[in-house]
Parts: sequence; structure tokens; C-alpha cells
Amino acid sequence: MTLMKRLINLMLPLCGVAMALAAWWAASLAVPDLPSPVRTWEESKLYILEPLAKRGESDQGILLLAYYSLVRVARGFLLGIVLATPLGFLLGVSPTLTRMFDPIMQVLRPISPLAWLPLGLVLFQKSEPAALFAIAICSMWPTVINTMMGVRAIPQDYWNVAKVLRLSRTTTFTKIIVPATLPYMFTGYRLSLGIAWLVIVASEMLTGTPGVGGFLWQEYNSLVYAHILLAIITIGVVGFALDRLMGLAEARLRAS
Amino acid sequence: MAFLEVRDLAKSFPSPAGVRHVLEGVSLDVDQGEFVSIVGSMGSGKSTLLSLLAGLTAPDAGTVVLDGKPVTGVRNDAAFVFQNYSLLPWFSALENVRLGVRAAFPAASAAEQRTRATEALERVGLGNALDRKPRHLSGGMRQRVSLARAFATEPRVLFLDEPFGALDALTRDALQQDLAQLCAERERPVTTVMITNSVEEAILLSDRIVPIVTGPPSSLGTPIVVDLARPRTLAQLAHDEQATHARAHVVAALTASLQRRGRSSGSGSIPALSTATEPVKASGQA
Repeated sequence: MTLMKRLINLMLPLCGVAMALAAWWAASLAVPDLPSPVRTWEESKLYILEPLAKRGESDQGILLLAYYSLVRVARGFLLGIVLATPLGFLLGVSPTLTRMFDPIMQVLRPISPLAWLPLGLVLFQKSEPAALFAIAICSMWPTVINTMMGVRAIPQDYWNVAKVLRLSRTTTFTKIIVPATLPYMFTGYRLSLGIAWLVIVASEMLTGTPGVGGFLWQEYNSLVYAHILLAIITIGVVGFALDRLMGLAEARLRAS
Repeated sequence: MAFLEVRDLAKSFPSPAGVRHVLEGVSLDVDQGEFVSIVGSMGSGKSTLLSLLAGLTAPDAGTVVLDGKPVTGVRNDAAFVFQNYSLLPWFSALENVRLGVRAAFPAASAAEQRTRATEALERVGLGNALDRKPRHLSGGMRQRVSLARAFATEPRVLFLDEPFGALDALTRDALQQDLAQLCAERERPVTTVMITNSVEEAILLSDRIVPIVTGPPSSLGTPIVVDLARPRTLAQLAHDEQATHARAHVVAALTASLQRRGRSSGSGSIPALSTATEPVKASGQA
């Protein structure tokens, strides 16, 4: 019974994948420019089977390309949360600051990375810092908001503890505010990382820097459409893996 | 001059129905080393009174003088036990107690603070649960940690806000005995003010019981002295003549104040100010 169940649980996702591939294949029959799954594999297998090969600046294995993108994401994401976390704490403890900055935040939040990037280029003149700027400013909001909410959700009981034990500001911060907010903060980090990964592709496409997004745009311009699909699938798989990793870290944090 | 002198305290809070006068004309003297219980029903402003005495909140009028000094904030020789444990869930029992010790003895070495915290937990029988997190402790054990945290700081004044209110009856009995013993074992006497809604608990632990005259605004009734030898047990109190006398007095005082209140609510003089728990009574009278 349990074995049967396990088998079914394994089969169901595979069925889903098979159906998606079938739909893709059907679409490729209708649209002549869209490579079929088989052709995509044929044209992409060099990148997948030699994932770390470096044949030239723009002709590299898929893992190597993903690695460039990940490094860029990591730097932009770190920059973002380094700015966002203290900002979240400040807004959480001070209603005055919240009133002051909430409207600006609400206006900045929905701006697309495509809109930030040119501004980054104007500000920093180079594509790399402009990309980091775009990633940081787009991905920081979930962390700001979650940290702020986390601080506000601290139960009165804990504030009472700080009061009656006469804890100093520093001790209250490190022993009460931070641990109480940590789960919220981590949810923010997870959402921020997801956004950072979304932004990376757009910013690489616009700046033409090497990475999965840059590769995608370059192959589109060279009319190698199979590689667009390869890049898309890679972006999805890496994004999924990142989210899962953050999810695991979050679960461990909540369990401890 | 008494150790704790409370004179004409008043406190009100804004509410949707206008200003709510919770306390008015509250005066009380507590001698050094005395255990005083303030007994009243829910919503009578007991907890508000305790936070005023402890300096957690400031009164609108009146004064609190402790050991000759006006109370303006939380004193460093005072300790607290709340009804809701108030332990930090991310720390072990030992770390929770240490947090209090560190604040009370900042000059002590880390090892010394640790020893102090460990001893405090051993005194309440939790020597083998030092590293357990609060969620792995039962309600009674958690409240023992709270007691340990309070006593580990060697306070001169102890404020207890319905400390055993959230516990089941049996655990409650055990914790009451623990508290009595902790108070008795102290080298220098600790002055204690406890808030409770249990007359039995008050008789078991206190030197004096002050009933709340339920408002709003509430004030304090005539204190009743409990002159019984210690240690006391609930079984012994059930038949003791003095205890019966004290019980009758406290209950009479509380009932009288509630009935007075019921009448005035019924006649419509303070219609909107009743708390959520009482309107049933008020409408029953009307």
C-alpha cells in the first residue's frame, strides 16, 4: 500500500512533465521557429554535458553561466538585505519613521528592474554596479516589510520582560527583538532572493554581461532559438533550487 | 514610615466610550518583609494597580514611595512574576534565568552569574531541566522558572501578578507551597505584593489581604490581617477558625463592592463603563 502510494507520488509529477513536453512539442509543430523538445536537446546537450566548459567569452557550459549569474545575484541580494534589515528594524520600532517613509516605500516597491537599470547606468557608468543596484533596490522590499512586521508582532509579554529585567537597549535588541523577529526576517530573505533572481535575467539582458540572462539574449540575437529554451529552463531550475534551499534554512530556524 | 507607601493613586485610560477611570483614591501601606495580597475579580484594575506600584506605568495622580524614594520607573531591587510565564522561547530555562541575573548583578563574572542562575533553578526543583526550552516544559515548570528568575536576582520587593492564574488546581497548590518556601528561605526578608482572584491563595500566602472595591473607578477596602502560623497548608486552612473568619471577611467585602456596583450600573449612572465581563450581571439587575 505504502509502496504503491510512493510510486504514484513519484509518477504524478513525471506525468505532468510529460504533458508539458507534449504541449511544447505540439506548439513546435504549429510555430516553425520554435524548436521541438528533441531539437532543443540536440542543440543544447553540449552545454549540459560539458557544464563547466569555457570555449569563449560567450560560449560556456550552462553551470558556468549559472554560476556567473548566481555570484551577481548573491552580491546584489546581500547588498539589498544589508540595507533592508536595519531599515526594517527602524521602521518596526518607530511609528514616526514609518509614517515618514511608508509612502515612498509604497511608490518604489512596484517599479520594475527594467526601469531601475538605466538609472543605475547613469549613476555608476558601468554595467556591473548598475546591475547590483537594480537587484538590491528591487529585492529589498520584502525584507524591509517582513522585518518591520516581525518587530511589530513581538508580544507585549516580551517587552514586559525587557522592562522588568531592566535590560539595556543593546541587550533588548540582541536578546529579544532580533530572536523574536528572526522567522519573519527569514521569510523576507526568501522572498527577496526570489525577486533578486527575477531581476538578474533582466539586468543581464540589458547590460549584456555573461550569465544565463546574457546568454539568453545573445542566443536570441544569433537566432539560436533552442538555447533560449535551454536558458529559460535553467533559470527556472536554479530559481526553484534557491527557493528550496532558503525554505530548508527557514524550517531549520523555526525548529531550533 | 512604611516600606511601601501608596497615597491617593488614580489612573484612567482613554476608551471609545470616553475616559475610563480605572482606579481612584488608592492608598496602601506595606511593611518591610510583609506579604500583602490584593484580591479582586477580573477587570477590577488589579493589574493596573500593580504596574503603578512597580513603576511600569505612571499614575495620573498620587504617589508611590518605596524605601523612602518615590517610584518613577522599575527599581533594580524589584522582581516580577507575570501570569503568562513571560519566558523567552528561544532561550533555555538556564539562559532565561541568567538574563535576569546578568541585569541584577552586572559586575559578577559570567561563571558567577551562571552559578547563581543554576542554584535558583535547583531551588525550585528544576536542576535537571536547565537546558530545556520553555516549550518543552509543563505550565507548572515554566512558572517555576519564572519564580527562579525572580528570586535569583535577590530582590527586596516582589510583585506577583496572578502568578498561578493559568495553572490547573493541583499544580497551583504545589507552586503556592514553592513560593511560600522561597519566601521563607530568604536571608533578608522580601516584601511582596501579590495580585490574585483566589481568596484561598491569598489566605495561604499573605500576612494581610486587601480586597478591591470594584469600580470603576476601583479603590481598596479595609485590609484583613491573616495571623496564622507558617507553614500553612490548604488542608489545615479548610478547618481553621481564623482562616474561616478571614475568608468570610474578604468574601463579604468583595461581594458588597460587586453588589454596590451592580446597583449603580442598573440605575444607569455608569452605563458605558462596565467591562466586557460584567454587563451580564448589570443587565440581570436591571
